Amino acid sequence: MNTLSSYKEGRGIIIEGMRKRYGEGETAVDALKEVNMQVMPGEVVGLIGPSGSGKSTLLKALGAVIEPTAGRMTLGSEVIYDNRWLIKDLRALRRDKIGFVFQAPYLIPFLDVTDNVALLPMLAGRPNGESRQRAVELLEALDVAHRAKAMPSQLSGGEQQRVAIARALVNQPPVILADEPTAPLDSERALSVIRILNQMAEQYQTAIIVVTHDEKIIPTFKRIYHIRDGKTHEEMGEGKGFD
Amino acid sequence: MISLAARDIQHAWGKFVFTGVGLGLLIGVTLTMAGVYRGMVDDAKVLLNNSGADLWVVQQKTLGPYAEPSSVHDDLYRSILGMPGVASAANVTYLTMQVRQGERDVRAMVVGIVPDGPGAPAYLVAGRQITRSHYEAVADIATGFKLNQVIRIRRHDYTVVGLTRRMVSSGGDPMVFIPLRDAQEAQFLKDNDAIINERNRSAANPAFNQTGVLDAVINSQSSNPFVNAVLVQVKPGFSAEKVAEPIRRWKRFQVYTRAQMEEILVAKLIATSSKQIGMFLVILAIVSAAIVAFIIYTLTMGKIREIAVLKLIGTRNRTIAAMIMQQAVGLGVIGFVVGKVSATVWAPMFPKYVLLEPGDALRGFVAIIIICILASLLAIRAALKVDPAEAIGG
Repeated sequence: MNTLSSYKEGRGIIIEGMRKRYGEGETAVDALKEVNMQVMPGEVVGLIGPSGSGKSTLLKALGAVIEPTAGRMTLGSEVIYDNRWLIKDLRALRRDKIGFVFQAPYLIPFLDVTDNVALLPMLAGRPNGESRQRAVELLEALDVAHRAKAMPSQLSGGEQQRVAIARALVNQPPVILADEPTAPLDSERALSVIRILNQMAEQYQTAIIVVTHDEKIIPTFKRIYHIRDGKTHEEMGEGKGFD
Repeated sequence: MISLAARDIQHAWGKFVFTGVGLGLLIGVTLTMAGVYRGMVDDAKVLLNNSGADLWVVQQKTLGPYAEPSSVHDDLYRSILGMPGVASAANVTYLTMQVRQGERDVRAMVVGIVPDGPGAPAYLVAGRQITRSHYEAVADIATGFKLNQVIRIRRHDYTVVGLTRRMVSSGGDPMVFIPLRDAQEAQFLKDNDAIINERNRSAANPAFNQTGVLDAVINSQSSNPFVNAVLVQVKPGFSAEKVAEPIRRWKRFQVYTRAQMEEILVAKLIATSSKQIGMFLVILAIVSAAIVAFIIYTLTMGKIREIAVLKLIGTRNRTIAAMIMQQAVGLGVIGFVVGKVSATVWAPMFPKYVLLEPGDALRGFVAIIIICILASLLAIRAALKVDPAEAIGG
């Protein structure tokens, strides 16, 4: 049985009234003032905004790396934050429920491509063989299976980013957070990565939030969240190129 | 779960192995220092064992022939032979000096012995024992002397008739055995000018310059009736302490049993050296720990971004800590293997005996692993402080 076919449906992420304040008293800074977002399973949305608008803070809060000050967050069918974390083991939450794709791929340099992807299920306690099988299936889906035994340093930038996407998908998370995944790539490769993210979102019914400054990929989103002064505003995107 | 530490080592094996070799050489020096100490202790024990003596009779209130100067009359042994429980007794002299062979000098302890008596070399590796009363020598092979070579001790030439081994002084100098009479002469022999001066001084002294007296005085000045110790072997069935007690009481000499002499040699004579070596071992252990800590810390700091990513994607702290600790232990294992091999290879090249005991190696291995684990704590602390948010830009 294809292990990838076991993905559940009904996922996505809903953020309601999220706020984040750094510091106290007169020196307090409200990095997030009112964030409301909803990303459905299979959807890829853009999150854009100028520097200092709160993008990174929002990404860290969504990634359970920092604790918001207030708000509510639902992941899949589970409320994980309601003015406090409702999940005790945030490390396991990040491992099992959230996928990350970074600006640079940040693959583990001493693991080959397969083990870079298989590491997450292994960390979750799955058998090595099963984890590697799942990794290889994803690598095939992302068209990098031929580099399965290569070390990260032997891959091109585009290949590395595809491996990073495979790693983000491997534990079947309901949401993937992509932090400027196309920044180091040229236009063609950047669009290729976005195309892959759309395919994966649709294929595996994963909600993907792409934080970006990249003008060339912004027109590809069907829906965009602008963040300015810690507040999000939703607008419809052009959705070019993937229909 | 795959071993992250093993994969990292495999990935950067060159850096790891070279670092391990460097550490290993340091560990080799540490093991050798321990071996030098063990060698000193063993030399002391061998010195006592090979003398074949059960008791050492020496000058009162001295620590005996090895640790302090001792002088007793050479006819003392006769009266000791008559004491109950004494199987044999023989005079012995010890004199550390330069022995000349051809164009080279060898630092050696010249031992005056009575052939076949206590104190003579217990076994030979070549040649024969001394059989003539004069001018024959048996040398330890560490002197580098060969059979039938002629060596010069003071003004006389000696032929090397036998070779022995592991016969060294407490200071590690190889021994050269010669007949007792020759050794007594060598110990007190003066040059001709000094003898003439001494005779003139005696003749100028009105108290000596009397008929019959002057000749007696000059004779006494030119002969040596002293030895350093009398070595005694005890009859079977007698306890060494029981035999020693009447010699102390009635002959009024200091008598040491083998256990007491071992205590003098090990606890007193090489005490300072052992403290010196102990200090070296402590410093080397600290330096090794500092090196391992520095290397592991540097390796870890070079992976901060990877560690942040690992933490972000859900790797447990204990997995990251285990990775760093396993690498430190791996470095220690490589270092120990290199160190042990190095010490084994270079130990025989040392001029003094270096005894590498398996027990020391085992203790060293345990100490290295503990040091490596402790040294990795600094890097682990730094790694655990890494914020997973560092993996997210901004």
